[in-house]
This record gives sequence, C-alpha cells and structure tokens, in this order.
Amino acid sequence: MNSAQIEIQLIASLVAIACAIPGTFLVLRKMAMISDAISHSILPGIVVGFFITQDLNSPLLILLAALTGVITVVLVERIQKTGLVKEDTAIGLVFPALFSIGVIMIAKNANDVHLDVDAVLLGELAFAPFDRLFIAGTDVGPKSLWIIGSILLVTIGLLFAFFKELKISTFDAGLAASLGFSPALIHYGLMSVASITTVGAFDAVGAILVVALMIAPAASAYLLTTDLKKMLVLSIIFGVISAISGYWMAHWLDASIAGSITTMLGLLFFNIYLFAPSKGLIAVMYREKQQRTEVSLLTFLLHLKNHSEENERHVNHLQEHINWQKVRAKTVLDLALKNNMIDINKKIVSLTIKGDEFTSQAIDYIITNEDTQIEDMKDDFFLFRG
Amino acid sequence: MDKKLAVQIDDLTVAYNYKPVLWDIDLEIPEGVLMAIVGPNGAGKSTLIKAVLGILKPIAGSVSIYGKPYDKQRSLVAYVPQKGSVDWDFPTTALDVILMGTYGSLGWIKRPGLKEKKTALEALEKVGMLPFKDRQISQLSGGQQQRIFLARALVQDASIYFMDEPFQGVDATTEIAIINILKELRKAGKTVIVVHHDLQTVPEYFDWVTFLNVKKIATGPVKDIFNDDNLTKTYGINYKVSIQE
Repeated sequence: MNSAQIEIQLIASLVAIACAIPGTFLVLRKMAMISDAISHSILPGIVVGFFITQDLNSPLLILLAALTGVITVVLVERIQKTGLVKEDTAIGLVFPALFSIGVIMIAKNANDVHLDVDAVLLGELAFAPFDRLFIAGTDVGPKSLWIIGSILLVTIGLLFAFFKELKISTFDAGLAASLGFSPALIHYGLMSVASITTVGAFDAVGAILVVALMIAPAASAYLLTTDLKKMLVLSIIFGVISAISGYWMAHWLDASIAGSITTMLGLLFFNIYLFAPSKGLIAVMYREKQQRTEVSLLTFLLHLKNHSEENERHVNHLQEHINWQKVRAKTVLDLALKNNMIDINKKIVSLTIKGDEFTSQAIDYIITNEDTQIEDMKDDFFLFRG
Repeated sequence: MDKKLAVQIDDLTVAYNYKPVLWDIDLEIPEGVLMAIVGPNGAGKSTLIKAVLGILKPIAGSVSIYGKPYDKQRSLVAYVPQKGSVDWDFPTTALDVILMGTYGSLGWIKRPGLKEKKTALEALEKVGMLPFKDRQISQLSGGQQQRIFLARALVQDASIYFMDEPFQGVDATTEIAIINILKELRKAGKTVIVVHHDLQTVPEYFDWVTFLNVKKIATGPVKDIFNDDNLTKTYGINYKVSIQE
C-alpha cells in the first residue's frame, strides 16, 4: 500500500463514521429520505459558495452549503404543513428543484470551475490525496482528510454532550417537550449536523454515496441490536468495513470507488437481512415454522385433555381425528414425547401430569392474556413470545 | 376557597391550521384531586394536556401551575403521553425508558447516574415490572408498556400528574394496578389528571371530572356533576351508545 491508498481509505473510513452517527438517528426518526434530499439540494449552496470563496474546501463554503441543507428541511416541513401533500411528496418536490438550480448554475459557469455533475453525484475519492493542505509550507495531508476529520470531531463531541437529549426527543418528542428539551431545537441541530457532514463528505464520495453511508449501516445495525449505543457502534463498524472493503474491490476491479463502497454496503445489508439472529428473514421463517408446530402441539394436547375415550386417543387414529397429515402428526407426537407431556401405552396416548399442567396453563394464558403466568414457559416455547 | 389551585387555565384557545380544537377554556383544578377529563373523540382532551405542558402553542389564553407559568414549574409536573405516540420498536430497554423520567431534573448534558438508576429501579418495582427491566420494549405486552410509562412518570416525583389514556389497551389486572397507584398518589396529596374513555368507571375511579367537547361543558366533583344532563351536553343524544362501547 502506498501512502495515497492509505489516505483514501482513511478518508473513506472517517466519512463513513461521520455519516453513521447522524444516520442512526435519521433511521430511528424515519427520516432516511431527508438525507437524500439534503445531499442533492446542497448543490446550489456549494456552487454559490464556490463563486464567493473560489475554494471548494473553504469552511465558509461548507457552512453555506449546509445552510441550503437546513433550508431544504424547512421547505419540506412548510409544504407538508399545508396538509395538501404528504411528507414524501414534499421531499420529492423540494430537492429536485434545488438540485436542478445547482446543475444549471454549474452548466452556465463550469468552464472555469472545477466542478462537474459526475463528480457531484459520485465523488472523486481517487483524487482526494492530490489536493493537499500546507501549513507554513509543510504538507500536512489531504485537505479532505482535515475537513472530514474536523467535522467528525464536532459530531462526536455533540453526540457525547447531547446523547440523552437526542435519545429522548427521538423516542418521545412529547415527553421531551414537556421536560423542556425542545424537540425542534434538537431536530434542527441534528439536521445541521447531517447537512454539514453531507457537505464535508460530498467532495470525497458524492451525493449518492453519502445517502448510502448514512442509511445502510444504520439500517443493518437496527436489525442486530436492541440497544441504541450498540446500534451506533455497529453502524460505525459497518460503515468502516464497507468503506475499506469497497476501496479494495474498486482497486481489483479497476472500478469507481464510490460505486464499490455502495455495493459493499448493499451486500452487507442484504446478508444481515437474511441472517440476523432474531429479526433476519431466515430466523423469522424458522420461528414461524416453530410456532406452527407449537400451536399444533397445543391443539393436540387439548384434544387429549378433552377426550377420555380410548378410540379418540389411538396413535393410528389421531390423524383422522385432528385432520392432520402424517408428517405433521409425527412431528407433534415426537415433540410431545420429547417434552414428557404424553405417554404412549399400547398405542393409546394419554397426557402426563406435566402435559396436563402445561395445557391448563397455556389455555389459561390464551383466555386471560395475563403474562405473569407464563414467564417461565417463554424460554422453552416460541408460541408465547408475542 | 380553602384549597390551593394546582392548575389554572384561563381563556385557552388552541387551533390546528386555524380550526379551533379547544375554544376559550377556563378551568381550575384544585390540589389533591384525581380528575378525569371525558369527552367524545376529537373533543380536544389530549390537546388540552399538551397545551398545558407547552407541547402545543395556544393561540390565546394562559396556563398557570401553582400560580406560575409552566416553564417555571416543570419540575412539579409529570406527563404520561398516549402509548401510541411513541415507536415501541425503538432500540431501548424498559429500565432505560424509565430513566428518561429523570432527564428533566438532570437538565441538559448531564447523564443519569447511580442515584437515578436506583430511583428508576424502585419505580419499576412499584409497578411490578422489575423482572422485565432489561427487556427490549417491543417485547412487552400493551399493559406492561403502559406500566413502564406510569413508572417513568413516578420517577419524576412531581406534584401534578397528567396522563393521556393510561388505561388504553390494558388488561383488567393492569387497569386495577394502575388505578391503585393513582389513588395512592392522591392519598399522598398529589393532583392527578387523566384523559379517560370508559364512562362507566368514572364514579368508581375518580373524585373530580371535567366534561370537554371543544368547549368546557362542566367541571367539579363527580358526585355533583356526573349526571345524564352533562353527559348529554357533552356527547349529544347518543351518549348511551358511547357508554356501551
């Protein structure tokens, strides 16, 4: 690895971390599409900022562009508040308008400006190491690294300071307001951070990847944990893994770095969606299958409890009595045997004491819907886990 | 009058998009009552609470809590929002939600510490939810979720409790558990104000009642004013249908 490669991976990783933090809260606030709107509509802000400062890395440009991001959010809310259209429609109205203004401004003035639409959409991570920052004549590294590094430091500082406020206003805005933590203030604070991060990351990874880096790691983490802090940490880890593996994929395929990182994010989410231990597709399908079996078991036990006559309880007749296929009947019979809930004596099935108690308890639960009685049963059976 | 006023509302009008949902409400709530706010859907019951707590901005009128504006008296007031107003899939545990009740007294930036955790655990114990403290909140039943919300208000250790439909979607055991805690609060001299839907339980649970339907219809002791006349004024001629719901 040469130093340019290391620098690119470092920039990509810092961008990933800086995006994952606001991204986690956007996902939890069901505002993922707002990041898409912000990432596009800051374009006119960048262009205007560039005309004023003549420097793509100027802090003033970043602030101006971030302001456009916040204006986007305000406009979306204004349009939504009229009650004439819904939020998604409002987003769809605002950001293409602002983005197209930016595109026209670039087209009209791009001849002498180092800005083009391709770079805006997909970024120029590969070129980031060439634009260097000199302090007193010494080369201290790529400018992008310093910009995103500073933004990340501020983001982490704000996260530590206002973690509790972010949590309560995201979970329960009403309570937050009644306690004096203005949800509007926190909302616009988060939107400002998201906007500034987007601008800072924009130059390196472009408008489309910024969205992917905000949403995909957080959405993946959401499937794996039930703890907000862990969700933040996992989002960060997923973002960095995708950034680095995406870089190497681009290297080997000789393809776009931004495109490869986004592909890795997609693959990562897809795998977690399939294999996540409790919310994943496979886990859910397995659980549903188990639940079906357990409902069958309960039906079967109930049948035994209700019928004392032997012909109703003969192994060979169970199928016709409860109208089951052979395989299912056998699965259920085996399950009941394994749990010592039934006895089979001369092909006649009867409930054991344990089976009898279990059935009464389960029926009680189904009738009264009171949870306290079945707390200890919950560990053994899926059926009662809601 | 021998009793202090816990809440005083004067000429309060609240509108959504210029359509008034609460119109010129005057309401005095004496200290130490357990009060139900009743009225049909869309009567502005939740809105009234939200306006008192500064969550919604009224277009006219004023609210005072023990004689001062709400922002000066936040620490005296606890709030239980409607259960449906939050996302129960949020990645957090029962204990963590209860800790949120301590955020108000902590103020900005400071995090809850051991002392707050101890208070939260006591509140969990009080609502019978201690065994569930580390459970993710979506894994709790409706009644358990409501108990969590109640416990969260208890840790605020307030003088006035506002509760928005605390009995919504809970089983009978939980309803009794909740009402017992509310009665205990009243016994301790607290003022409890509850948006309530089940008219049949009003005389049994509450000692004070406010009838609301955009305007205030009546307010006072249950034994004096909980009658057909006020019910009809509030619910229209169909109030008996509402009772059977």
